[in-house]
Amino acid sequence: MSNTDTTQPVLELRSVSKTYTVKQGMFGKPKPLKAINDVSISLKRGEVLGLVGESGCGKSTLAKILLGLEEPTKGEVRVDGEVIGATDRRTLARRIQPIFQDPYSSLNPRKSIEDIISLPLRVHSIGDSNTQDKAVREILDIVGLPQRVMRTYPSQMSGGQRQRVAIARALIMKPEIVICDEPTSALDVSVQSQILNLLNDLRAEFNLTYLFISHDLAVVEHLATRVAVMYLGRIVEESSVGGLFDTSGHPYTQALLKSVLTPEAGKGVPDTELGMEYPNPIAPPSGCHFHPRCPMAMTHCATVPPRPVPTPEGHVECHLFDTENGHDTGTPLMREGV
Amino acid sequence: MNSPLLRVKDLTIDIPVGGGTLNAVRGIDFDLNRGETLCIVGESGSGKSLTSLALMGLLGGRIKRTASQMEFDGIDLTKANSKTMRALRGDRMAMIFQEPMTSLNPAFTIGNQLMEALLLHRNVGKEAARARAIELLEKVGITAAESRLSQYPHQLSGGLRQRVMIAMALMCEPELIIADEPTTALDVTIQAQILRLLVDLGREMNMAMILITHDLGVVARVADKVAVMYAGELVETGSADQVFNAPMHPYTRGLLRCIPQPGKTERGARLGTIPGIVPNLVGGVTGCPFRTRCDHAVAACRNAIPHRKPAENHRFRCVHETGHQTAETVV
Ligand SMILES: Nc1ncnc2c1ncn2[C@@H]1O[C@H](COP(=O)(O)OP(=O)(O)OP(=O)(O)O)[C@@H](O)[C@H]1O
Ligand SMILES: Nc1ncnc2c1ncn2[C@@H]1O[C@H](COP(=O)(O)OP(=O)(O)OP(=O)(O)O)[C@@H](O)[C@H]1O
Ligand SMILES: [Mg+2]
Ligand SMILES: [Mg+2]
Repeated sequence: MSNTDTTQPVLELRSVSKTYTVKQGMFGKPKPLKAINDVSISLKRGEVLGLVGESGCGKSTLAKILLGLEEPTKGEVRVDGEVIGATDRRTLARRIQPIFQDPYSSLNPRKSIEDIISLPLRVHSIGDSNTQDKAVREILDIVGLPQRVMRTYPSQMSGGQRQRVAIARALIMKPEIVICDEPTSALDVSVQSQILNLLNDLRAEFNLTYLFISHDLAVVEHLATRVAVMYLGRIVEESSVGGLFDTSGHPYTQALLKSVLTPEAGKGVPDTELGMEYPNPIAPPSGCHFHPRCPMAMTHCATVPPRPVPTPEGHVECHLFDTENGHDTGTPLMREGV
Repeated sequence: MNSPLLRVKDLTIDIPVGGGTLNAVRGIDFDLNRGETLCIVGESGSGKSLTSLALMGLLGGRIKRTASQMEFDGIDLTKANSKTMRALRGDRMAMIFQEPMTSLNPAFTIGNQLMEALLLHRNVGKEAARARAIELLEKVGITAAESRLSQYPHQLSGGLRQRVMIAMALMCEPELIIADEPTTALDVTIQAQILRLLVDLGREMNMAMILITHDLGVVARVADKVAVMYAGELVETGSADQVFNAPMHPYTRGLLRCIPQPGKTERGARLGTIPGIVPNLVGGVTGCPFRTRCDHAVAACRNAIPHRKPAENHRFRCVHETGHQTAETVV
């Protein structure tokens, strides 16, 4: 596989949906919950896609679909142009590996660090015990852990060291794509910065592609090359990191950006102007799902679902930007008095 | 000149553990006036929660707390018995915990739990308590407040539960509120809303607040006073402006370099790090606890560390007179 091929997306989601069936209350009728609703993404080799959005918007579901841990209800996932699902698990594991949030629960406490890191090789019967041992030593070097930790157990390590073990385990398969689901959320900032530096170094060295899920927008801005903003199972805005953080369009993105608390004394806590609570995903609001909380909502936002509108570096799904829809002269819906 | 609402001097917390004593908190001092917000910031395990539990008289029986002074509005907390502390808690001092489910009882309705403190501490009837509960739920931004009273905690989202916790803490209009990581588990958007709410209500009710967090962004935005905690000691205290714009202790400066700061840190650039780990605090701890990770450590860091006062209300502990700040800006 050529590292310079920049035209073919290394990772692609085409109109992917995932619907769960959930029961509300003891006697409730089962209802569909659209965790992912017709999402398309395309990632080139070496890119880092930051995925942000509120709790429950579908970020982890998307990650699980990419890892083959969940079957999409609709649509397809392609890796290097090949539909996964058609590919067997072994090939997929070589290409995509996860790093999860919690370095405490994602490592088996009864296994030594060597066993934990070499497990993917043994599961996929790659090499013999000699080459496996060598691979573990190499990867420990790469993630900056001393060789002596091989015989220790997770309980003897700090949070940052455990997260390095999780990274080593993901990289030992030499994947092309790494799915990071909140990889530093459980860590202190002094440890987080080490892990972020490491992820950045590894990407440069091995030309890795990351999907980086985080609720910390400052971290996403630091690490990502592209950003996708999710709301209730939809990607409502996608752009290059510069495009999104410097000139974001969607009112929800703007609210997210406003809520970033940079360490600047005296600036106070910003008013995000976000109305209400996150909506119930089983009964999403009509029209634009975001309209009940949107400070810019217009009358038709409550009835007409917005279409994706192309932007210079991505797309945005909001009536404010859809000038061809004949809706650009819409009237404010609510909160006129605010 | 009024005396402060809360004054703490030389607070020390020792925990017997297998193999010795964990000197978890060692000689910390601070005071707090009415209407003021103090943020205690520090890494996991630095002793933030223990400090707040010590103030509330909620440390477990095995844990030893000493202080040369610990006064709340003239009441000597070092001598207060459990009856006095119970009377203070939930009435004049209240606490908000990180995980609301640990302090909300799943078996009782929101209404019951909100009204309980008021019925317990104040001579009010059920109707008045109910009215107050509704008033506070509305104040913390919960819609359809009346209908929420009959709901159970599990029927609410995390953000709503955290608001109920805040409402509960405010039922008796406490003079001091201690919030331990009140927004850590929440989405950034809800975090901003809840912090705004706490700050606004604090101002409105002239409450003093101690907010415990590991998030420097939260600290910078809400604190009047900041206390930076490392391995059981306050290494630097000052106003938010002093600590963020003129940090003196090498640890404080190190922390500020670790976080990507939108608009300041170049995207993708290397972030600062603080290599190494927190020292073991079992057995006699001497000298500066940060010296094992400090770029400016010298032999003298093993000895007693002087308290320095670079400006009014700004203090830090370091053998270097300027915290070796100059050495860093030159590089
Ligand atoms: N196995 C499942 N069965 C039913 N519903 C599910 C299942 N997994 C996820 N969901 C629902 O799908 C939606 C998306 O969940 P997901 O875990 O992807 O959110 P998320 O964006 O990762 O949230 P968080 O930031 O809290 O991790 C949520 O409403 C969730 O309750
Ligand atoms: N009951 C206890 N028994 C033994 N050790 C304890 C006990 N409570 C706390 N500790 C230890 O005391 C130290 C300080 O704990 P504390 O809970 O105050 O930390 P913290 O600053 O609140 O950390 P975090 O940010 O993780 O909440 C830690 O090393 C902790 O393991
Ligand atoms: Mg998730
Ligand atoms: Mg704590």
